[in-house]
Amino acid sequence: MTMAISRGNVVSAFRLRGTLRRTLALSAVPALVMVASLQAQVGSDRLLNAAKEPRNWLMYSGGYFSNRYSGLTQITPANAKDLELKWMYQAAVAGGWQTTPLVADGIMYLTQRPNDVVALDAKTGRVFWIYRYTLAPNQIVCCGANNRGLAILGDTLYMGTLDAHLVAIDAKAGRPIWNVAVADSKAGYSLTLAPLVVKDKVIVGVGGGEFGIRGFVAAYDAKSGKEIWRFYTIPGPGEPGFDSWQPCPPNPATFCDAEAWKHGGGSIWVTGSYDPSLNLTYWGVGNAGPDWNADQRPGDNLYTDSVVALDADTGRLKWHYQFTPHDRYDYDSVQIPVLADLTWRGAPVKAMVWANRNGNFYVLERETGKFLVGRPFVKVNWSNGFDERGRPIQTPQPAGQPTWPGNQGGTNWYSPSYSPHTGLFYIPAWEGYATLFGGTPVQYQEGRNFGGGVNRPYVEGGVPGAPAVPGLRRGPINNWTEAAATGAVLAIDAATGELKWRFAMTDVTDSGILTTASDVLFSGGREGYFQALDARNGTLLWKSNLGAQITNGPITYEVDGKQYVATIAGLSLCVFGLRE
Amino acid sequence: MSYAPADIAYGAKLYDAQCTTCHGANGDGVGGIDLRAGRFRNAVTDQDLMRVITNGIPGTGMLAFRFDAAELDGIIAYVRNMNTFDRASVKTGDAGRGQAVFEGKGGCLRCHRVAGVGPRVAPDLSDIGAARSASSLQRSLIDPTGQMMPINRPVRIVTRDGRTINGRRLNEDTYTVQILDGEERLLSLAKADLREYTILTASTMPSYKDTLSADEIADVVAYLLSLKGR
Repeated sequence: MTMAISRGNVVSAFRLRGTLRRTLALSAVPALVMVASLQAQVGSDRLLNAAKEPRNWLMYSGGYFSNRYSGLTQITPANAKDLELKWMYQAAVAGGWQTTPLVADGIMYLTQRPNDVVALDAKTGRVFWIYRYTLAPNQIVCCGANNRGLAILGDTLYMGTLDAHLVAIDAKAGRPIWNVAVADSKAGYSLTLAPLVVKDKVIVGVGGGEFGIRGFVAAYDAKSGKEIWRFYTIPGPGEPGFDSWQPCPPNPATFCDAEAWKHGGGSIWVTGSYDPSLNLTYWGVGNAGPDWNADQRPGDNLYTDSVVALDADTGRLKWHYQFTPHDRYDYDSVQIPVLADLTWRGAPVKAMVWANRNGNFYVLERETGKFLVGRPFVKVNWSNGFDERGRPIQTPQPAGQPTWPGNQGGTNWYSPSYSPHTGLFYIPAWEGYATLFGGTPVQYQEGRNFGGGVNRPYVEGGVPGAPAVPGLRRGPINNWTEAAATGAVLAIDAATGELKWRFAMTDVTDSGILTTASDVLFSGGREGYFQALDARNGTLLWKSNLGAQITNGPITYEVDGKQYVATIAGLSLCVFGLRE
Repeated sequence: MSYAPADIAYGAKLYDAQCTTCHGANGDGVGGIDLRAGRFRNAVTDQDLMRVITNGIPGTGMLAFRFDAAELDGIIAYVRNMNTFDRASVKTGDAGRGQAVFEGKGGCLRCHRVAGVGPRVAPDLSDIGAARSASSLQRSLIDPTGQMMPINRPVRIVTRDGRTINGRRLNEDTYTVQILDGEERLLSLAKADLREYTILTASTMPSYKDTLSADEIADVVAYLLSLKGR
């Protein structure tokens, strides 16, 4: 290169030498043309057909069926050993980084703490722009400044915020378009989930299950931010399900409250799914409030710990299934509703498969909510089987005795994966993990913790003071050992729940799972390893120590004909591809 | 929350004397922190700010300052209003009238974008009022080139296959440059693929010195200050 002579208003410029120019020009043409021609708007038709463009990752779970499964096949069980780090992007704010990036036509969009949006070149990691949302003072959140990602429609990105707003952001300029208050953050409401875009609506739910909120799912007009519909996950007087909040005579000693439903919880903090053929959206609903003292809220407490099927246009409830009626264990059902078309007892069925925090695996028929299968995938002793309608037969443990699974569950919000290619459902699991639950009365006060429990971790052998598995995060030393819990990737037959293989990890996992059409499975865990397994049999193909806990769900995408896999460990977004 | 003008003015003097060495006159002297935009690393509430100023942050350059209560109130009032407080007491007019000029006579939406309306050729101004002071905005209207942020300098690129790309830089490193081009595409280009890369220093924005009256400019400044992006 030579610098051109500065003239007038030019501060710097360069020209390539003529000979070099001619040689390099030949190879440069196709790539440049491609970048320009492929950058199109992400219309709702593209969202509907996301599976047909696996080079992109257009929504939180990859597609409306939330399989976290990609059709890309360049990385295979045979060549996964050749994966290498291509680039990293480091965030500046410490804390669990749970976001799933989106990738649209070579550009990656992601959130970082607390509510920043970043657009970067998915091939090099270089940043185009950062939008920094300024939060109102004093957010009330249980578990840190978490945000799980964005939704995209057209040229607009959508983000929920910790102070319970929904913001539309120009995907090209990185500047806000509209901003609406979804709920009152002073009362403990927040938005941590990635929104779900269906047709012309942006659908979100609210977090705050530890603060006595009344949860809801709400849809907003993507253009204007106007609220179109709202479905309360805790029914009010006169609504179906209200009788599941039975009268509880007010008593200052027990804090029993005749209107317990008003603070009944039912948060929505993980993205839902959508079946276009039924026009139904599906949402996993969080725990009841108070979390652990169920005596303050007699009844089944609908629709806490349930899946609800809501009409995408009106928000009307089509059906529900409650996984944990009258929950006393904080068994949020905030797992991703995974939709799969299965063969069940010889016949095709539109199914929903679900590994619940309560330790049971379920298959439901997703048009009606009919219960088809329920069986434990980890040790379970709070229930023992199901009645003929699919209601769990509860077996509460005596005071001072451990309950399996423990408070964080047999799994939690970490994304599972379903591979239509193997027919297997893959679960990030906590095994051998129990808690000594103890509910205590708690008075509702706006914005204050409404947990109502003193729980103690259970460590095998009952050694006083023995370290227990930390609820949310850890350092690099595991001193709680297998006596507290271990982790695993479990591969089960999606139609029956039968275990096919198990990849055991010494420590537990908060990492989601990704599978591909070439039968490669990617996942991580608290130990900081990012690993590729053979999705057919669980054989370890490749691993990389990223040095910090992996707390998001991996994604894969393609730019200029090359497949990439992205995950987040600690403060680092790490992107891998095959060695050239 | 509103802060008394006297507190803000008092705080401005204290800030100049005590804080500019590290934080700079614009509040962005320490990496990752932008006091003027309300972006802090260790504080959210005024109580947090008071704690950080009073106790410092051990292990960092942030010292513990011995301010009395009135001084603390002043500093915080100023820090919370840095983006609007203006020593030169720049005249600001009526935001509503300013919007009418911005969208009408001024023709600003021909290049700029606000809240999703307008092209992206020039910088999006949806939250400009949280980033720039009144005097800076006034200078931009009167002398666009003199006030143009270097990142917004127009670039002209010729690729090795002879395509010309005009646009605005968003980011740049040794090997690559990220631009928003004239067709509003986000492009990340490898410098090795470019034949020519020219950075211009003249703004394409016209001066409004002679086309808008002083009152109209004051109104537009008031409107721009009202654009906080929230």
